[in-house]
Amino acid sequence: MISLRQIAKQLNLEVVSTSSGLNRPVAGGYAADLLSCAMNRAKKDYVWVTLQSHLNVVAVVSLLGLAAVIITEGNQPDAETIARAEGEGVVLLLTPKTTFTVVGEMASLGVQGEPVQ
Amino acid sequence: MSQVPQITRVQELIYELPIERVMTQKVITVSPDTTMSELKEILRVNRISGTPVVDEGRLVGIISIEDLIKALEKGNIHAPVRERMATNLITAQASESVVEAVKKFAQFKVGRLPVVNEQGELVGILTSGDITRGLLEAIGLDYHAEEISRYRARHIFEDIISDQTGLILRYKVKPKDFKGGGGASSRIKRALDRLGAPPQIQRRVAIAAYESEMNLIIHADNGGELIAEIQPEVIRIVVMDNGPGIPDIEQAMRPGFSTAPNWIRELGFGAGMGLANIKKCADSMKLESQVGVGTRLEIVIYLRPQTNNHVHSVQQEREAKEQP
Repeated sequence: MISLRQIAKQLNLEVVSTSSGLNRPVAGGYAADLLSCAMNRAKKDYVWVTLQSHLNVVAVVSLLGLAAVIITEGNQPDAETIARAEGEGVVLLLTPKTTFTVVGEMASLGVQGEPVQ
Repeated sequence: MSQVPQITRVQELIYELPIERVMTQKVITVSPDTTMSELKEILRVNRISGTPVVDEGRLVGIISIEDLIKALEKGNIHAPVRERMATNLITAQASESVVEAVKKFAQFKVGRLPVVNEQGELVGILTSGDITRGLLEAIGLDYHAEEISRYRARHIFEDIISDQTGLILRYKVKPKDFKGGGGASSRIKRALDRLGAPPQIQRRVAIAAYESEMNLIIHADNGGELIAEIQPEVIRIVVMDNGPGIPDIEQAMRPGFSTAPNWIRELGFGAGMGLANIKKCADSMKLESQVGVGTRLEIVIYLRPQTNNHVHSVQQEREAKEQP
C-alpha cells in the first residue's frame, strides 16, 4: 500500500498542513466537488481530490477519517482553514494541476477507487 | 464483487511509527582500527551479532559475526576491522516510517540497519526484532487507551443508576454559518469515541449528524437545534427548526433533488444528497415537516454492531418483500 508521503512526492504536491504527518497508508481515492457526494462515497483512509478549498472541506476529511485532501487547480485555502486543518490533524495538499490529471497520476501509482458493488 | 480495502491497525502503525521510536538508541560501535579479535570479545560480551563501524562520529562501515568467521577461516584474526567490514552501507533514516525499514530488510537481506539522522550521524540501530517489539508496544498502548475509555463509559452508564440513563448533547446551529459547519457533528463523534463506540459506527453517526447540521445552516431561516441523546445501546439525534418547512418530503428524500441556491452549490453544498446520506447511515429516520411551521428529523443509530445487523436484516427483509 502506498503512503501519503510517496503520493505527495510523486505528484509534487505542496503540503500545507502536516501536524499529523505524512506517514499514513492510503487505502483508495475519491474525487468530487460536492461535499455530500464525498460524505457518501469517500471512505476511511482514502485521499479525496477536489477543487473546493473552504473550511467545510476540513470537516469532511476529519469526520470521515480520510488520509488527506488534494485541492486542485491552484485553489488556496485561507488561513482559518489551514489553522483548523492543523488543529484537527487533517493533511491538506495543494496542486495547480486539474482534478483529472491528479486522479490519473494517482491511478498510475496504483491507488484505486471504491470497487463497484 | 471485490472488497473495499480495509487497513488494519498493524498496517497503519508500520506507516505511522517513525524508525526512531522503535530503534535501539544505545549502539555499541567499533572503530576501523579495532582488531577482529577485539571485535570477537565485544560481540561476545554484549551478546550481539554485529556492529556499526564509526570513525570520528561518522558511520564508515558495518561488521558482523559472519565477517568474523571468514577472518577466522583465513587466519586474519588480528587484522583491523577496516579490512574486513562491509562499506556498501544500507542505512535507515530516523524520521522515516518503519515500513521503509521493512522494505530494506526484505530487499537487501540484512539483519540490522544503522539508523542515521538528517546530518548523517549514527543515532541508533534497528533489527527486525526491534520492529516487532515496537509494534507490540504501540498496539498495547492502543489497547490500554481503549480500556480506559471503556472504563469511563462504564462509569457513566453503569454507576449512575436509573431506569434509562442517557447523555444529552445539545447544539444550537446558526443560519448560514458555514464556518461553524461540522462543529456539532465532530463533537458528537468525539463523545462517542470517548464512550468507546466502534469507529465504523462513529463515522455513520458523524455523516448523519453533519448532513443534518448542514441542512440547518443552508435551509433553516433561523437555524435550529441538534440534540443527541446517547444511551448505552443507541444514539438518537433530533434536529429541529422553525421554518421554512419542506413542501414535499418524498421529493426532498430523492437523491439529487435540491432547492439550494446557486451560490451555495458553488461552495459544493446542495448536491441533493443530504437526506439520502442520512437515510443510508441511520438504522431508522423519521422526517416530519410543515411549511411555515418547521421541520423535525429524528435519526436512530444503534451503537452495538450486533443489534445493528439485526435491524439491517429486518430492513432488508422488508425491502425484499416490497420488490415485485
